[in-house]
Amino acid sequence: MQVAPSDFDRMFGALADATRRDIVRRAIDGGEGVAELAVHYAMSFAAVQKHVAILERAGLVTKERIGRRKVVRTNLEGLLVARRLLDQYEELWRGRIGRMTALVTEPVEDRDP
Amino acid sequence: MTVTAVRKDPQHLTMTLDAEFDASPARVWQLWADPRQLERWWGPPTYPATFTRHDLAPGSRVEYHMTGPDGDQPRGFWDVLDVDPPRRLSFRDGFANADGTPNLDLPRNEVDVTITELGGGRTRMSIASIFPSTAAMEQVLAMGMEEGLTQAVGQIDAILAADAIAARS
Repeated sequence: MQVAPSDFDRMFGALADATRRDIVRRAIDGGEGVAELAVHYAMSFAAVQKHVAILERAGLVTKERIGRRKVVRTNLEGLLVARRLLDQYEELWRGRIGRMTALVTEPVEDRDP
Repeated sequence: MTVTAVRKDPQHLTMTLDAEFDASPARVWQLWADPRQLERWWGPPTYPATFTRHDLAPGSRVEYHMTGPDGDQPRGFWDVLDVDPPRRLSFRDGFANADGTPNLDLPRNEVDVTITELGGGRTRMSIASIFPSTAAMEQVLAMGMEEGLTQAVGQIDAILAADAIAARS
């Protein structure tokens, strides 16, 4: 699965919030709809709905219809991608510095130091 | 390891990384000022960067894209804020749309580069990232720095472990 930087952004933005991480955890069972999820938090239904929408856009949860109910379910493939990307980001700047170090220690070619 | 320190200041929404090089400030400056040099370190070997527009002058825009292993080309840009060779470079880094226009829906972060001569042929480069809001900073902290990363990865591991147990029962 190839993920563009804008997807990184959405995914990490979604996981950077404690409530949203909690929703992701609860939604593994896929047993609750937005209204049921909202009961767990000291915030309005609309606020929880907004968190779910952010997670949905980030590909971390999906809404599924079960009979007349609509439940929120965690997308585990999305989480695996997120973990892999988190690992990559940890190394981003260290990687850049490493490459810079290699460049400055290269023999000088046609320029004055 | 040439990275000598990583600091973050939640109150002022900044994150600073210091690195030291066995090179002159002029040589370290060149890593930023010469687009062909920049291309050799900005992106990882699997996602090399190509700078299609590069003029380090206050108010100018730098444009680049990365090229992925499958040929995908995510685009980015810098808005250059301040330039004082070979000591200081400041710019705002953001994501661009496929046509190269800035995508202003995604957060941009300000990057300040400070280059200081240490003597003995050594130079320190400090990279300070300044974020527009707590949310944007949390996002980047979650992207790979210290507790943010550890916490997010820990949570994901717990989630995956719980799911594996549920799948077996």
